[in-house]
Amino acid sequence: MIFKNFSTLSQNSLKMKWFISHNTIKSPFLKALENDSGVTVSHCYQCGKCSAGCPIAYQMDYLPNQIIRMVQLGLEEQVLSSRTIWLCASCLTCTSRCPRKIDIAEIMDYLRRLAYKKDILPKGEIGIPLFNKIFLKNIELFGRLFEMGLIGMFNILSGEFFKDMDLAPKMFLKRKIGIFPRKVKNMQEVRGIFRNSGRLGRTRRGKLLYPKLIFLNLLKKTIEKIEKLK
Amino acid sequence: MKYAYFPGCSLHSTAREYDLSTREVASALGIELQEIPDWICCGATPAHITMHLLSLALPVKNLLKAKAMDSCEVVACCAACFSRLKIANDFMQNNLEYRAKVNEIVGENYQGEVKVRHFLDIIVNEYGLKNLQQKVVDKLSGLKVACYYGCLLTRPHEVTQLDDLEEPHLMDDLMKTIGVEAVSWPYKTECCGASFSLTRTDIVLKLSGDILQMAHDEGAQAIVVACPLCQSNLDLRQAAIKKKFKKDFDMPIFYFTQLLGLSLGIDPKKLGFDKHIVNPAKLLKEKVYGL
Repeated sequence: MIFKNFSTLSQNSLKMKWFISHNTIKSPFLKALENDSGVTVSHCYQCGKCSAGCPIAYQMDYLPNQIIRMVQLGLEEQVLSSRTIWLCASCLTCTSRCPRKIDIAEIMDYLRRLAYKKDILPKGEIGIPLFNKIFLKNIELFGRLFEMGLIGMFNILSGEFFKDMDLAPKMFLKRKIGIFPRKVKNMQEVRGIFRNSGRLGRTRRGKLLYPKLIFLNLLKKTIEKIEKLK
Repeated sequence: MKYAYFPGCSLHSTAREYDLSTREVASALGIELQEIPDWICCGATPAHITMHLLSLALPVKNLLKAKAMDSCEVVACCAACFSRLKIANDFMQNNLEYRAKVNEIVGENYQGEVKVRHFLDIIVNEYGLKNLQQKVVDKLSGLKVACYYGCLLTRPHEVTQLDDLEEPHLMDDLMKTIGVEAVSWPYKTECCGASFSLTRTDIVLKLSGDILQMAHDEGAQAIVVACPLCQSNLDLRQAAIKKKFKKDFDMPIFYFTQLLGLSLGIDPKKLGFDKHIVNPAKLLKEKVYGL
């Protein structure tokens, strides 16, 4: 396991050889990010504490401290198309340990929101961005989470039709999951909050579900299944 | 003591036993929990990943509903709900720019007047362990557990202000009070994989497997949690962990309220032990008393 991790890390460091022009470094990306998020990324001195404590670092294509360095250098495109930003579990270990008081988890949130806005989604990690959108759609429809709807919709749209089917009967019998949604009474209020947040935050909420995204993911899943058959 | 109670989505479905045991414990201790009428989802992790303002407006709407109940304190049991409500409240108190925007979204004026607390905080710091000791009927001696706090109960510390960041002890103190031995272990605040349960189950299996292994190595017979997501990852996914890593832990995952309820002499049938996937009956029968 450890050796496997090292090999992915060395691949990353090879990938990190980019030509960075003067214009990239001077690009407004860093300044806009610091302005909007209120986090001073330029304070980072690359101690690596965030990556050392990150529970999901072993799955990431760039380590959290590498992402922060890339942000400092203005490498917007590379950062937004990385899988790392989606793999962050928002556990806040990095934020709470940073000796420079940088809210790294908030940076990851900011980058994900920007990636949604710019329609940049990583090819390898489509499930997670898709899940977030389905989750929110679910809340917008019912006001409270309807697990059955969430799982069903996610399984269909992500191409993993029979995922966790073995758990469903147990959950039903123990009455841990319901067949029908439990709607809140004042749905208009909930819809209003979604509508207003979208308007004020300048988010295109109409694109809650990306057809392109779903298609790409289904294609990937099918290819994987065919390769497995081989 | 009277509080506005925010159960959250999980406590009405996958974590029903957490809700049942919380209500039982509260009524046994004379803590009045009044459910916020028509509460809505706090948005959880997907909201703050996708739309920042929405992730603040959803909790604020709930806080406003609590305020309308003439309640100055809201109690949440789910660590994620607690964190989202508390962060939103903190924004409303300290960030004027966001306060104006969120007030425009919800159409009301809120300035962070309501206090957000976790039920564990209420039991340990408000009710007090000394008072609790007098109420304990059955000391659950012989039971050895690992207290698992997870991510969002203590972090971010500036906002939650609940417990020590790296070495939390509230739940350990509570367990000692009811006679349960709490092992000292290093994975108290390790992440279980959280919301990747559906999307990247492989990550959840690895992280939760590590937690179970560590608890097992330190001699714990069960894990005690205060978060429905931690419980479902450790309990529901234990069978898959067994299959993937060929390790059979057979470790029940309790909510702290369930063990507390047992020690207060509440009928075990009312505490929802039958809802666990990993059956705790054997352990409780052996160590405590017939279930």
